[in-house]
Amino acid sequence: MYRYDEFDATMVAERAAQFRGQVARRLSGELSEDEFKPLRLMNGLYLQLHAYMLRVAIPYGTFSSRQMRRLAHAARKYDKGYGHFTTRQNIQYNWPALVDVPDLLDDLAEVEMHAIQTSGNCIRNVTSDQYAGAAADEVEDPRPWCEIIRQWSTFHPEFSFLPRKFKIAVTASDNDRAAVRVHDIGLRLHKNEAGETGFEVIVGGGLGRTPYVGHTIRDFLPKEHLLSYLEAVLRVYNLEGRRDNMYKARIKILVNAEGADHFREMVEEEWAQVNQPGIDLPREEVDRIHDYFEAPAFETLPANSTTLEERRATNREFARWLRVNTVAHKAPGYAIVNISLKPIGGIPGDISDTQMEAVADLAEQFSFDEIRATHEQNLVLPHIRKDDLYGVWAALKAAGLATANIGLVSDIIACPGLDYCTLANTRSIPIAQRISERLADLDEQEALGELKVKISGCINACGHHHVGHIGILGVDKKGEEFYQVTLGGSAAEDASIGEIVGRGLSSGDVVDAVEKLVEFYKKERKDGERFLDVYRRLGADPFKEALYEAA
Amino acid sequence: MKLLKLSNGRISPALEASLQEVSLSEWRENPTAHADATALVISNDASLVDIAQDISGFDVIILEFPQFKDGRAYSQARLLRERLSYTGEIRARGGVLRDQLLFMTRCGFNAFEFDDVGAAEEALREFTFAYQPAADSAAPIWRQRLAHARAA
Ligand code: HEM
Ligand code: SF4
Repeated sequence: MYRYDEFDATMVAERAAQFRGQVARRLSGELSEDEFKPLRLMNGLYLQLHAYMLRVAIPYGTFSSRQMRRLAHAARKYDKGYGHFTTRQNIQYNWPALVDVPDLLDDLAEVEMHAIQTSGNCIRNVTSDQYAGAAADEVEDPRPWCEIIRQWSTFHPEFSFLPRKFKIAVTASDNDRAAVRVHDIGLRLHKNEAGETGFEVIVGGGLGRTPYVGHTIRDFLPKEHLLSYLEAVLRVYNLEGRRDNMYKARIKILVNAEGADHFREMVEEEWAQVNQPGIDLPREEVDRIHDYFEAPAFETLPANSTTLEERRATNREFARWLRVNTVAHKAPGYAIVNISLKPIGGIPGDISDTQMEAVADLAEQFSFDEIRATHEQNLVLPHIRKDDLYGVWAALKAAGLATANIGLVSDIIACPGLDYCTLANTRSIPIAQRISERLADLDEQEALGELKVKISGCINACGHHHVGHIGILGVDKKGEEFYQVTLGGSAAEDASIGEIVGRGLSSGDVVDAVEKLVEFYKKERKDGERFLDVYRRLGADPFKEALYEAA
Repeated sequence: MKLLKLSNGRISPALEASLQEVSLSEWRENPTAHADATALVISNDASLVDIAQDISGFDVIILEFPQFKDGRAYSQARLLRERLSYTGEIRARGGVLRDQLLFMTRCGFNAFEFDDVGAAEEALREFTFAYQPAADSAAPIWRQRLAHARAA
């Protein structure tokens, strides 16, 4: 894992001090709420329906036990004993008091954490594959490049007042777990024919009210030029992106207005003129950062564990959890463990302080002290010995964290919606809870296979509904809450935007609707087809019929 | 509105010498009619491609922030400094807030239409280091790291 040196530590400490000053100016009345707003929004502090909300960055989703314990401490001391993991590898606190926020930030700074650029029209917290450094299918660990981007983008003087927020995601696997095709910039590390690794650069993807899958503007960018190329893209965007209408201000609008080819030319022309040797890091610094991400000292183990196989054979519940929640690791004898934050009927992404402590203990003891946050609002213990899996499962179960539903219908992404958010049309969380309760049976869920349900309380699409196999969007019709269903979206390597299938449904009907869709899928599927595959094969019409016939 | 100027890392109030301002489009249309102009005002949607000729006679260029959140002039300032090697004054006008002064100076601004000297001094002192190179002289953190490593 990356560790701060004196420079990083000074940056974060000075940022905390600066924000303390800004809060003091607000509390003394020197700043009005209007003047304070842009300042707090540079530091992850939103005003929600009932209180301030603080969003804390977990850069590229990697953090340690010590950091998790500090997050638990913050939940206890400054919130109501819980935190909320979001789709952007951040954690949010929903109830801090403004006067306490500077202390909270000081507490976080002590463990190398902060809220820098978790909001505002700047380059946001860079996100990545939650299995980075552990996945069997990656070409290399993408996180050193994420850290390089983190440093370059932090307080970037030119790009702190962009037309709109800017999100960068990085993956190093053909199985895209970072949704790189629906980000402002997506970067995919891959090998060219010569066997060198470089970046595919994808620009102009995004969700919100005008969803787009991004365009590849470079198939292969040599790694050492990453920063100068990013600088060129950002400069073109800063100068040319629309500022007259905030709904048209994201880079996706510019890319699609110019056309991907012309946009590429604009970037290449700028890139040819930027000071590449000044911006791109020298080899020594790139290597220095890579050193922090050296693989942990994995033991040499047999690929299979006999104790594990005994347990698997005798404990059905454990065997299911193994099938659903664990993933192949690159080191023999190890596995990647997913921790679902979607208990049946629970609030997606919420976690209590005691659960955070439990995860921290397990990571410290069994996972080389590493934890990951995922864009699907779950957590990961990336490096668990197969011999330890049973013990880890038992401890997770005791903490209420062993729901075996990763990737299944109850592993729902939901935005905060009307329970917290000032922009919401509808509530999202209760819909997620009711769908999960309705389809609670885990045998049934497993039999359904991968099925991604994503819920947003308004068109801003924080809950990723556009890329849900089943997406649910909250709309307001004459003061009543309605839900529109979209089908066929995907955020993975086969990215696509879901299509609206018909008129809006009431909150009662929308849960029935999901059940109908599931039933229809079960009837139609052929060997091994996922919900998404059947939808792509049959098209929208038969699904529409199934959805509306009896209603 | 006061004018503050930055020189040798120190910010201080400047007497506003009366300038004869001309906008880029007026200038381009008819330079001879504006022969006595002493400051060029470049709007933030103007392209800086092919501008070298236009700026060559000016010691003061004024860049605009119609709103504080409209950040185009940050890029313009860097282009003036880094690509066009402009060494005169770059003045920030419009939505110039305390907490933006550091970003502005890093991008090459050295004059600000801003009232509060005390606040400006404080704002420019808030950060010791910078991660990335820009138009100022700050050595990015990675350079300092390398220097440390080589010295050790
Ligand atoms: C106070 C609560 C929130 C507010 C006011 C808010 C506001 C917004 C707005 C206005 C957009 C649309 C941006 C655009 O299209 O240009 C958006 C998009 C998005 N937000 Fe939120 N959001 C909130 C909470 C969240 C939470 C909790 C998450 C994570 C679970 C989140 C993740 C996202 C994502 C992933 C997108 C869409 C991706 C994209 O940028 O295109 N937001 N948000
Ligand atoms: S999608 Fe809408 S309702 Fe949900 S969090 Fe985003 S802005 Fe709020």
